[in-house]
This record gives sequence, C-alpha cells and structure tokens, in this order.
Amino acid sequence: MVDTEIPPGTAADGPAGAAGGRAGQPAAPVKGGRRAWATAASGRTAALLVSPTLLVLTIVVLYPTIMALRESLYGPKGLDPKTGFITTTEPFVGLQNYADIFGAAGDRFWNAFWNTTFFTVVTVGLETLIGVTMALIMHRAFSGRALIRASILIPWAVPTAISGLLWRWIFNSNGVANAILGHQVLWTTEGFHAKVAVIIAEVWKTSPFIGLLVLAGLQVIPKEVYEAARIDGAGPLGQFRRITLPLVKPALLVAVLFRCLDALRMFDLPYLLIGAQKNSVETLSMLAQNEASNVRFGPAAAYAVILFLYVFLIALGFVRLLGADVVGDDGSPRKNKSNSKRRRAPGPDSAEVSA
Amino acid sequence: MTTTAKWRTWLLYAGVAAVVTYCLAPFYWMLVSSLRRTSDIFDTSLIPSSVSFANYRALFDPAQGFMRALLNSLIVAGITTTLALLLATFTAYAMARLEFRFKRLVLTLIIATSMFPVVSIVVPLLKLFTDIGWINTYQAMIVPSMSFVLPLAVWNLTTFFRQMPEELEQAAMIDGCTRGQAFRKIIIPIAAPGIFTTAIITFIAAWNEFLIALTMTNKPSMQTAPVAISKFTGATTYETPFGSQMAAGVLVTVPLVVMVLVFQRRIVAGLTAGAAK
Repeated sequence: MVDTEIPPGTAADGPAGAAGGRAGQPAAPVKGGRRAWATAASGRTAALLVSPTLLVLTIVVLYPTIMALRESLYGPKGLDPKTGFITTTEPFVGLQNYADIFGAAGDRFWNAFWNTTFFTVVTVGLETLIGVTMALIMHRAFSGRALIRASILIPWAVPTAISGLLWRWIFNSNGVANAILGHQVLWTTEGFHAKVAVIIAEVWKTSPFIGLLVLAGLQVIPKEVYEAARIDGAGPLGQFRRITLPLVKPALLVAVLFRCLDALRMFDLPYLLIGAQKNSVETLSMLAQNEASNVRFGPAAAYAVILFLYVFLIALGFVRLLGADVVGDDGSPRKNKSNSKRRRAPGPDSAEVSA
Repeated sequence: MTTTAKWRTWLLYAGVAAVVTYCLAPFYWMLVSSLRRTSDIFDTSLIPSSVSFANYRALFDPAQGFMRALLNSLIVAGITTTLALLLATFTAYAMARLEFRFKRLVLTLIIATSMFPVVSIVVPLLKLFTDIGWINTYQAMIVPSMSFVLPLAVWNLTTFFRQMPEELEQAAMIDGCTRGQAFRKIIIPIAAPGIFTTAIITFIAAWNEFLIALTMTNKPSMQTAPVAISKFTGATTYETPFGSQMAAGVLVTVPLVVMVLVFQRRIVAGLTAGAAK
C-alpha cells in the first residue's frame, strides 16, 4: 500500500489520530506542510457535513430545553392582583413552580417520582435477567435459530401504544389473564396490581432487545477461552461467572443504560394500559404531559426540567461510575481503558450478529 | 454421558420453545381476538370458533376515519425518515471517515440527544406551536420526531460506514477521484444496504411514536394511527371496542412484522450496532 499518498485521518491508527485532533492549531513542524493541510481540509469538510445535523438538533432539542427552563419560571395567565385585569402575558414567578412541586403539589410529584423510579428499577432488573437467559439460549441453539431471531423481533416491532392496548385487553376483567389465573383481578383499576400489569407489559416488549444486545456480545467471545477454562477445571457455573459475565459486561452495560433511560421516560404504556391521572401508575412524563395539555405550562415545564435532570444524572452515573462506553471506537486511539477493550479481536464487523 | 447430552438437547429445545412462546403468544392473542365475532369476543379458546372479518370491515368504514389515520402516520413517519436519512448520511460519513476536532464530543452529544426524555421538549414546543398555530399540522409532529430519529440514524449509519473497507475509497482517490466523488460513486452504492436498514429502523421508530402525536393534535382527521386507535369508541360510552382495536393493532403492526421478517438479519445487525465492539 502506498501509504504516503493517502490523506491522513483516513488511516488514523496510532499517534496520527491524535495529531488530527489538533488540526486547528498551527501545523506542527515535524509533520510537514502537506499533511497539516490535508487535515485542516478534512476538518472543514467535516464541519460542512456535520453542521446540518447539529443545527437541526439545536433547533429541536437545545432550543426547547432552554425554553422549558425559562417557561418553568413563569406562572399561569390570570387576574393581576394589583389591577384586577386579566393579564395577557404570563407573570414571572421565579422559582415558585419548583417550590410548589416540593411543597404544595408535592404529593403528586413524589408519587410520580417513585412510580417512575420503581418501574425503572423493577422492569430493567427483570429485563436483564430474562434478556440474558434468552441470549444464552439463543447462543446455544443451532437449530431453530432463524425462528427464534424472527420471533424475538416481534415484541420490539409492535408499537408501544398498540402493546398497551393489547395488554389492556389481556388484563381485562373477563380477559385471558384472569382466565389463566382462574381468579378475578381488576388489573386496570387503581392499586398495586396496576403496577404489576404495566411491569409485565413493559418487560414483554423490551427483554428481547436486551437479549439481542447480549447475544451480540456473546458471539464475539472466542471459543478458545472456554476450552482453556475447561482444561483448567472450571465448571459451567464458574465459566459463566468468570468468563461470560465479565466479557459480556460492556455490551450489557450499554443495553441496561439505554433501557434505564428509556424506562425513566415511560409514557405510552401506563397511559393506555391503565389511563391518565391514575395515582398507581402516573410517571413523571405523564404528569408533565397532563399539566401541559391543561395549559399549565409553568408547572409542566418544571416537571420536564426535573425529569431531564434525573435522566441526565442517571446517565452520568452509568458513564462515570460503571464505565459504560456508549460512543464506542471512533477511530482515535484510546488513552486509558485499553486493556479490557482490546482483548477481544477488534474486527470491524464484530458488531454484526452472525447467524 | 449420552443421557446428559440428551437431557441437554431436550432442555435447549424447551428453552427455544419457551422464548418463542414468550415472544409470540401476546401477538397471537391480538390476531385471534381480531378475528372473533363481537358476540364471542370474550371467548378464551386458542382458535376462534368461527372466523369473522367484521372487525376489519368496520375499520374500512370511512366514518371510523382509520384510513385517514393510517395515511397521516405514513406521511409523518415517511417525511421524518427521509429528512433524517438525508442529514444523517453526511454526518455519519464524517464520523466514520474524517478526523476532526471534538469528534468524540459531537458523537456523544448526538447520541445523548436520542436518550432525551421526549416530554421535556414536547412541553415547550406545545406552547410554541399553539402560539404560531401549528397544532393539528404535520410539521408539528415531524419536527419534534427529528429529536430522536436523527440521532438514531446517525448512530446506525456511522457503524455501517465504519464497517466498510477503506481501501476501496483510497483506491478511488488514488485513481483521481476527489473525496466527494469517492463518496458518491463508491460509498453510497456499497452502503445502500446499510442505509436501507437504517431507513427501516428509523421508520419503525417514527411510526411507533405516540406522545408527540397525542399532544400536538386534537382533531381526529390529523391523528396518527396509534392515537386514533387509542381513541376508538364503541357503541356505548362504557364499552371499549376491543375487537376493532385489536384488528387495527394488527393492521398497524403487520407491515412492520413483514419488514422485520424479510430483513431480520440486517435489522439485528443494525440494532446491535455499537453494542459489541
């Protein structure tokens, strides 16, 4: 290969990638003018290619977030206490909306907060358990693998809203769930059973997703590692604990992080399975949406901001404490966590699940 | 030894059967219920005693407005997917092939937005769209949907572009192509399957969206299919028309299921992209 003719950056593996990262600085004398020019040019091209996406995301995500922050400091339109006229603009109330959430409207908020947290912890826990089991079965199964892969995608493809209605039908008082149980439970009324219904429906829909991600992780573990462990006298349980789990951990962590963040914003399922404004299942998303659709934008925005902060903190916790690597290999050299990631053969197509 | 091996195989088959049943049973129940007559809708037999298409015929009744809802869903999800793919193809190419400052930061930001709670942007946007008269319009559903569809598309495409051999482009550039020409003549044709898979995944995400469509519309003629189905009313106010809801659910899901079955291998590769590195 004529590697001198290739523009740098394309074959960035090693220190060249780090040099590309500082493209905007004055050309390093050692590198030579040609290379520095090419990198600066590729930086310009990159800016051109990336900026439309960033612009759109700024408009649809960043701008509304700032609007929500501002909105959460304003109260509803109403009578001006001084003049007695109806105000056309919303009065600035400072942190009153937040004070209300933690004070006067506190019960409803804390209920929604604990519901959201409870749903997230329980569903993600169960999903991980079921998902890992599914992945282990799929990994071992040689016959029927196509069937299992096709069927595992079905719950994922069913729209959450439709699955909410489907489970509402299954959990109907005269529905099939009660027929199987041989016992009348009014699942869709207020109470702990409503939570159970939501959890079952949510776990059904999303465990296969974790199963798929874990399976992808399992398939890149080389067989030799297991052979070596067997020769060294490790039993099936020991192999699972000391080889499978540690090697699947990165894939599992990303899957669990995504599922957690998704569960924290849960809306469709409790809304359609049980209903709006039901204490047993009201989540933070439902609370914010309910306030907004009742034109109480100030409190709604405050709830939205709190949910956003909550999601942000959980994500930060995953990345910082547990080292979940979401972005993955971007072509530039790793600085710190090299040994755990490089141990597996880093083939570019290792993400593909072979059949 | 042979008995344990037999036991293992048997156990594995049981496991496979359990997984398949787990995944398909609720979906099968939706299908079976949609084929029952209204009179025996509460029947719990596994196979309908007499198959009836009355629930499906009711859906095609113009008064129900379900066809219009399907069309709305198709328009919203179609435009969202097209826009997202257009923007994401260029961005993902830069992410996979070019070296530039803050690349990791940019990719982190893009992925982070896909995890953003949708309600956090729906609340302020509802107020904004109310003020500018966008309620009950397609753009009021398309614009917020971009917030989660675009990052999904960028991430998927980045993984696909990374998997393609760089040598092809390099050869083209040695032969005198510019980077732009190499992109157009070499990358796009080879990446077509990856772009197609990303299109399916983003389309499904946009098609399944509920919260935005529920909040941004209040006119039945502008509702998307999931919202319309959730608002089906029965003959009386207190009777939920489960039969037609299940039939509509089947109609909304079947196109996705067919796509999933035809392209299952690609979709699995796309979904797990980036999970196993």
